[in-house]
Amino acid sequence: MSNKIKVMTSGNLAFAEAMRQIDPDVVAAYPITPSTEIPMKFADFVANGRVTSEYIAVESEHSAISACVGASAAGARVMTASSANGVALMHEIFPIAASFRTPIVFGLVNRSLGAPVNIHCDHSDSMPERDSGWIQIYCEDAQEVYDSVLLAVRLAEDPRVLTPVFVCQDGFITSHCYEAVELLSDEAVKNFVGERTPQYPLLDTDDPVSYGSFTMSEYYFEIKRNQMEGMNNVLSVYAELAAELERETGRNYRPVENYRADDADYLIVVMSSAAGVVKDVVDELREEGVKAGALRVRFFRPFPRRELASLAKGKRGVAVLDRSASIGGTAPLSSEVKSALYALDKRVPVQEYIFGLGGRDLYAKDARAVFEKMIAGEYGEEARFIGLLEKDDEDERA
Amino acid sequence: MSKPQSWQEVPPGTVAFGASALKVQTGLWRSSRPVVDAAKCVSCLKCWIQCPDDSIALGSGGKVEGINLFFCKGCGLCAKVCPAGAISMHPESGFAHEEQRDGEHPGEVGAHVK
Amino acid sequence: MSALNIKELTKKENPLTQGHRMCPGCGAPTAIRQALMGVDCPVVVVGATGCMEVSTTVYPYSAWRVPFMHIAFENAGAGISGVETAYRVLRRKGKIGKEIKFIAFGGDGGTYDIGLQSLSGALERGHDFTYICYNNQGYMNTGAQRSSATPLAANATTSPAGSTSFGKLQRAKDLTEIVAAHNIPYVAQTSLHNPFDLIAKVKRAVETPGPAFVNVLVPCPLFWKIDASEQADICKLAVDSKFWPVYEVAEGKYSLSYEPKQPRTIEEFLRAQGRYSHLFKKGSERLDLVEEAQRDADESWAKLLEKCGR
Repeated sequence: MSNKIKVMTSGNLAFAEAMRQIDPDVVAAYPITPSTEIPMKFADFVANGRVTSEYIAVESEHSAISACVGASAAGARVMTASSANGVALMHEIFPIAASFRTPIVFGLVNRSLGAPVNIHCDHSDSMPERDSGWIQIYCEDAQEVYDSVLLAVRLAEDPRVLTPVFVCQDGFITSHCYEAVELLSDEAVKNFVGERTPQYPLLDTDDPVSYGSFTMSEYYFEIKRNQMEGMNNVLSVYAELAAELERETGRNYRPVENYRADDADYLIVVMSSAAGVVKDVVDELREEGVKAGALRVRFFRPFPRRELASLAKGKRGVAVLDRSASIGGTAPLSSEVKSALYALDKRVPVQEYIFGLGGRDLYAKDARAVFEKMIAGEYGEEARFIGLLEKDDEDERA
Repeated sequence: MSKPQSWQEVPPGTVAFGASALKVQTGLWRSSRPVVDAAKCVSCLKCWIQCPDDSIALGSGGKVEGINLFFCKGCGLCAKVCPAGAISMHPESGFAHEEQRDGEHPGEVGAHVK
Repeated sequence: MSALNIKELTKKENPLTQGHRMCPGCGAPTAIRQALMGVDCPVVVVGATGCMEVSTTVYPYSAWRVPFMHIAFENAGAGISGVETAYRVLRRKGKIGKEIKFIAFGGDGGTYDIGLQSLSGALERGHDFTYICYNNQGYMNTGAQRSSATPLAANATTSPAGSTSFGKLQRAKDLTEIVAAHNIPYVAQTSLHNPFDLIAKVKRAVETPGPAFVNVLVPCPLFWKIDASEQADICKLAVDSKFWPVYEVAEGKYSLSYEPKQPRTIEEFLRAQGRYSHLFKKGSERLDLVEEAQRDADESWAKLLEKCGR
């Protein structure tokens, strides 16, 4: 392993530092809380000659992602960042980017969608993009953000994948809080990410191609299915890349983190920073003789169905904590988990929970209550809300 | 590449290859056909520069040789702009006695000179 | 540009091929074809959604001999910004050796309305590209809905002439002036009345470093309700009636490119197209609107002359 340094930094700054070391060709970005620091820090790098990239200070998020698609289709290595309504404004272009197979790496700093306007963390900005064709990786802490950015560049650009990537982190909680992060040397990063070898770049005027044709029904379906194959290859390619990076860092994040789940009776399934609280509670309960465990889902797209099903198999109960709702339907993570568990011969009871909307924290007592309800065998068909102020109604208590 | 292909074979990224439209026989749209009178034509190239479909066939030195019937849509612009009155429009049905034009090589010129 | 050079133009392969699906007699492919005749450098083209983009790239057939990209309707300006920036970076890093020029185009829909923001951003940031607006004064690809470029009293399918409405109620937006207000090095307005004017203007636009913009009035025979062969004639009438002045703004300096020697009236221009026929219908004439349109044209012309120092 080469030289590494340990610094006190935040998720945003760790992302920006990774960007500096990667030194992408083009960054087109627009500020929005809580991701603003990323383009701001990067612009600073550009202004001080610490990167060779060009920064396009676009006039909206829609133009940010459009310029990214243009630059990436042209053959450049491209990165950007956004949150919340900025991500929503980009929504139209995400499927186009995925369809064009542009390997853009995107720092999605999770923040709630308006209305009402709230600048704090939940996953309601990234979840609507789960059908966009982009890879989604959810990070628990700043270290994981840093490592994931490096992996994301290689993953996105791999010819078997060629799919853009969202590297998600919780707004303010991860993006702004300081923790110890181990950084690789500039050289190690450069060696790991290498150079991009674009397929069908627009700037190849000797072999001209046209992107984004008007396509009738006899061609569209096959083009889409071809695109899907890139996503189908992600987990196997990721395993290779994670093993490669592990040689440098000593860390290897699986698509689903298994926290004391093997011999557990009861599991909480959760994503991102809230997993930290859950893991603490798992440890407490274990001390008390309860076989609790946790699964932290890191890849939401592609969803690691088989891995999750094999980890949840035979459990007495599973509770899924979603940090966003799919209003009128099953919450996103719950929906994926239930779908994955459908394949099991023996049914595992699943309780759907919604928590943390608009940045409301998950407390240890909340996680403990979730386990206790499972232990008491209390499951309901409807989703339960954690930490929500409700008028007390005996009949409606789940 | 003109027939639908299996999903495994389509080029990635929605990519279509440059100038592949040269295979599209837009001449099949025609309901009237321009005819060039070589005796009147002075190769001023006003028709060539105005044609939305680049269907005025030129020879060496920019000399007008006729109409590219593979592509010509029969809009009649060339006849309109010709200052010498060298181009006239005729109903396409009048040429029905000729061979079917399927598979005609793009760029093949039909120079019907009076 | 003299007639001698037209022979030179015939030697070049045009970036736009035959085999596209634009309507017979459409002004847009003539405009793009002519526009690109004067460009000597390899080009990359980004097009906004619209007739020209859809009809030149019906998968798997592309009528572009040069690299082409269509992303969406409102972002040709942003798309070209990304491509052009990637080019500058990759050129600087030695990964690209040749000079390439960048052309974005959009119809009036993708330029005046939904695409205005991204165009403005690209102009303001000073990217080195040329934007060509092929302006047929309506959202023609979807069936002639009104745009902000549709002229006063024209019949459009979302501003139709009916018993309680005379068609488009508002005057057309002056986008050329909005673009000129961005203080970019070169702005021009022209039509298909004279190919050499269009060729020269786009050539100048492309060769000018920085952002450049050319607004080209082109007819849509189907929805202007004229014959397919009328393309050149209707544009001549448009410029001769001062409906569409032909001018340039180079480094902020205005100059008139064309002054009609035999001026025509706005009424002549309107009468020549079916999209205004409701103004002349016996029993429900609206000649007052024709007069208003004439006054508007005269006032705009006077203001333009003043800017040109005349």
